[in-house]
Amino acid sequence: MKTMTMMESIREAMSKKMREDENIILFGEDVGAFGGCFGVSAGMLDEFGAERVRDTPISEGAIIGCAVGAAATGMKPIAELMFADFLTVGMDQLVNQAAKMRYMFGGKINLPMVVRLPIGAGISAAAQHSQSPEAWLTHVPGLKIVYPSTAGDAYGLLLKAIEDDNPVIFFEHKLLYGYSDEFDENMEPIEFGVADIKREGESVTIVATGKMVHEALKAAEELAKDGIEAEIIDPRTLFPLDKETIYKSIEKTNKVLIVTEENKRGSYAGEIAAMIAEEAFDYLDGPIVRVGAMNTPVPFSPVLEQYYIPSSDDIVKAVKNMF
Amino acid sequence: MCRGRDNLGGGIILDLTKEKIVAMYTTMKRIREFETNASRLFAEGSIPGFVHLYLGEEAIATGVCETLESEDYITSTHRGHGHIIAKGGDTKFMMAELFGKETGYCKGKGGSMHIADATKGILGANGIVGAGHNIAVGAGLSVKYRKSGQVCACFFGDGSTNQGTFHEALNMASIWKLPVVFICENNLYGISMHQSRHQAIQDVADRAVAYNIPGVVVDGNDVLAVYEAATEAVARARNGQGPTLIECKTYRHKGHFEGDPAIYKPSEEVAQWMAKDPLPRITNYILDNDILTKEEVERIDLEIREEIEVAIKFAEESPLPSLESIVEDVYTDIVEEVR
Repeated sequence: MKTMTMMESIREAMSKKMREDENIILFGEDVGAFGGCFGVSAGMLDEFGAERVRDTPISEGAIIGCAVGAAATGMKPIAELMFADFLTVGMDQLVNQAAKMRYMFGGKINLPMVVRLPIGAGISAAAQHSQSPEAWLTHVPGLKIVYPSTAGDAYGLLLKAIEDDNPVIFFEHKLLYGYSDEFDENMEPIEFGVADIKREGESVTIVATGKMVHEALKAAEELAKDGIEAEIIDPRTLFPLDKETIYKSIEKTNKVLIVTEENKRGSYAGEIAAMIAEEAFDYLDGPIVRVGAMNTPVPFSPVLEQYYIPSSDDIVKAVKNMF
Repeated sequence: MCRGRDNLGGGIILDLTKEKIVAMYTTMKRIREFETNASRLFAEGSIPGFVHLYLGEEAIATGVCETLESEDYITSTHRGHGHIIAKGGDTKFMMAELFGKETGYCKGKGGSMHIADATKGILGANGIVGAGHNIAVGAGLSVKYRKSGQVCACFFGDGSTNQGTFHEALNMASIWKLPVVFICENNLYGISMHQSRHQAIQDVADRAVAYNIPGVVVDGNDVLAVYEAATEAVARARNGQGPTLIECKTYRHKGHFEGDPAIYKPSEEVAQWMAKDPLPRITNYILDNDILTKEEVERIDLEIREEIEVAIKFAEESPLPSLESIVEDVYTDIVEEVR
């Protein structure tokens, strides 16, 4: 067992796979000597050299397009965008090329590529460096979407993402880079589509992703004081989604709240809510509740930003209203 | 660094054998025959969707692909039939795909704009203008990293050189000295917009200066000139000297897609370019230089006609895709739910 931060576990997972397979390369803006904007790839240049840990010009379209072309011709590229927000610049290459190529070509091409995207608010980076764009991508057939909440999950899921023969989006919440936990670094890769129950409880099901898992855990401690035992489910992969674990929990609790850091309108949380309404309605004894960010761009001033991001207090309040 | 070439006008290419010239004639004829039939079949209602024809531009794909090895890569465009045929694509599977049949290259899931054959290095036609540039750079990066000695030829139109992807790709290929040959098919129009209205330069090749790579202008209706320029650029790419931008001046005989009457093209311009049709030019060259007799040319033409007839019959007689197949091929390992 080892204790690592999520930043370290992501670095270790990439390095482990790169030691095993020389066709795996990492590229993106300032991933080399600079170590990446958040330091995730610090030191990797020294171990793997500039051919495998490659700085790119500031050209997000080319970074993703390059991953597509490299993946189509025998490589296993890991592309890093500095911020998930910059995906808009490279959206065509991801959505119209990477995601659709296999289908359009009748299944005759594999694109084993990972696109790593630091997401989320909380560092006063304002509206163009703080978004949670889960819904932009979960909408697109052809992509797998991973969103870990712990260092250990990030490690096991990234091992799996790199092995996968399909384009995989790997969300990394900036504020979780510093979170550390203990895990077995010899673990098997974590299968996609397998949710993790982060806390067991009988009173209410909380489906949470990324940093919201930690807010939900904090809320659960508060709720427990009032005798409300929350069961917290982290799907870990948004697609494929482990619906069964969610439904089973609701069958037990009869109540569900979904919390994500997305703008609430048009969020993937809405999709999860719709699935539950369609497929698990009979288990419910009240309305499905969503807690999300406000429907505004992410504001800059810390006081506004903290008000924007869903907090454990918001979750506590929403859960109490369900009883 | 820009210069013109016109080999049908009398230039000599040292390594050009009779067999190569005949092979290029055959490929051009195959593209012409395929496209002429695709036009007819679209008008008759056998081909659904959009069809963007390569008629008039056959010399470019042919001249470039003749310099490539089978394991080399190409990226193509929405006007991609010519590139795919020139790189060795099978006209049976292409025609079946145009018909939306199960036996098509893409099992009827891609259609005209998305034909690919990874086994022949064809990384796909593409429905997004300018999207192939960066994919070609990725293939080039892969080749360079794997030291496989391949090259990637990236085909695109003049319209796409106004997309950001063009600049990103040329810059990246240049700084990393990637084995990519950028081939601009300047057919004078971005859909309906004449080049003089969509960019303030006459020669796209001028843009090479900004990336410190060679920019070459060739007569794109002269297959030998294209072949010569591509030979040099491919050699540079294979030798690790990096990318080249070749601009081939050409003309789209038809509208942007079938059904577009192209009312925006002045008739004098059309007449002027039809007189430079690449097919009669290479045919005359072959006959005038006693490379083939008239009878030999006719025999090739007949064989090509028969090949395309076989392809059409194959497409017509092939089954439509099963409805169940709709959810396959999104992922390698997940089959989506049927509604």
